[in-house]
Amino acid sequence: MTDRASITSEPGVGAPAADGRDPAVRIVDLVKEFPGGVRALGGLTFDVPRGELTSIIGPSGCGKTTTLKIIGGLVDATSGRVDVDGVPVTGPGPDRAFVFQDFALMPWATVLRNVAFGLELRGLPREEREDIARAYVDKVGLSGFEDSYPHQLSGGMRQRVGLARALAVDADILLMDEPFASVDEQIRRQFQDDLLRLLSDENKTVIFVTHSIEEAVYVSDQVVLLTRGPSSVSKVVRPGVDRSGSSDEIRRDPAYLDWVEQIWHELRGYLER
Amino acid sequence: MAFSLLVWFAIWEVVGQLDLVSLLPPFSEVITAFPEVVSSGTFADAAWITLQAFLIGMGLSFAIGIGVGMLMGTSRAVGSVMGMWVNIFESSPLTAIVPALMALLGFGLETMIVTVFLFSVWVIALDTQVGVERVNPSLVEMGRSFGATKRVLYSRIVLHAALPELLAGIRLGLIRGLKGVIIGQLLIAVLGVGYLFELYSRNFLMPEFWALLIILFTFAFMASEAVAYFERKVAFYASSR
Repeated sequence: MTDRASITSEPGVGAPAADGRDPAVRIVDLVKEFPGGVRALGGLTFDVPRGELTSIIGPSGCGKTTTLKIIGGLVDATSGRVDVDGVPVTGPGPDRAFVFQDFALMPWATVLRNVAFGLELRGLPREEREDIARAYVDKVGLSGFEDSYPHQLSGGMRQRVGLARALAVDADILLMDEPFASVDEQIRRQFQDDLLRLLSDENKTVIFVTHSIEEAVYVSDQVVLLTRGPSSVSKVVRPGVDRSGSSDEIRRDPAYLDWVEQIWHELRGYLER
Repeated sequence: MAFSLLVWFAIWEVVGQLDLVSLLPPFSEVITAFPEVVSSGTFADAAWITLQAFLIGMGLSFAIGIGVGMLMGTSRAVGSVMGMWVNIFESSPLTAIVPALMALLGFGLETMIVTVFLFSVWVIALDTQVGVERVNPSLVEMGRSFGATKRVLYSRIVLHAALPELLAGIRLGLIRGLKGVIIGQLLIAVLGVGYLFELYSRNFLMPEFWALLIILFTFAFMASEAVAYFERKVAFYASSR
């Protein structure tokens, strides 16, 4: 377990990943201005270590989702740079897969076709992509629902479909935009554990946007705290919660609770302004 | 529905038998007029030319209406340049320009095709626009994030997501197109089903007149119901996009 001293004091400098490899994603001085002159991002800089889960957290309206969409190539930055494996991002690419807050499932398509859709767009033959999709439907715990339609599923199940679709394209980097925001609390906790379990044998780099401090500390190797817009990186912390225990043990672990409290204090400064 | 039809046909028969209104022959006479109307050579010719004008005109309406509607829905510039005009034409009494069309295009098929087109294209364009505007933006982002090209994005996501409104537009367009073809023919008065109506009413052949009208109603109803069937199939996701 990492102790408190591992908080990096200067904003914008990510703590080095455990193994010291090049970061999977490097974000340098990222600025986003929307038409009309609204400045959402005022120069973000941080690294996303390879094979880890990095959360982005901050007050609402601080540009978390915008940052994620710029990394995903869905939105253009006004200035600054996003490098994925050292190559600047100019648009969406097969190395990144997105999980959407509102699931973004095609309501006219079955679970299986939704999960296979990324592969369908890549031109994989039907049989092949449906085999892969079936495996991921099973992995996220939806076997038996392959032929159901999204409106027949609960919110939690729909997001599992969205997750399976992102995993199926086998991108190195998973971009998750508040994936559990539309899911109720019980299911959310279950989902967090499932996510960690799924990721443990997928070896992916995950960037995870959330507004829940507990969630960020629970799932992350690294947490990037943003200030209110025009946002910049206020702190990058590595909670390193010991995950050897059960979910309930972790949530009662003093180290876990301490991290939640620290991040809350840090963020509260921006809320009260 | 069958019950309702039976009741009204019964009332029709009674009123017809009482000979209250000369325009309304008993329903049984109308029934017996069906085979005569349908087997006559003039009917076959009229039906064929009407169907031709209707299908070609609707084909043009679908292609142009859906195309323009998609452009209006996706591009703000096109939406604002075209929007006002499409709305004006959608609500204007287009019957008035049919005589002008006759002067321009003559008394033939071309005039009827253009009439069908002008009657139906606007509502199709408007409903397509609404459908495209209601497509969930995150579905579009989803497509882009998985590498969809513009063409694939439109054909596999946008068009599909806009289907509930699109089909409503097509159904209304079909009905208006049918009105267009008949009104056009009535004004031209030498062609198609419109000519037959003229012929029957001028010679006071009321059973034949009503038989023809019922054939037309049935056709319009079936065309509209066929589209409504598909509308119901996609209705479940109109609210969950």
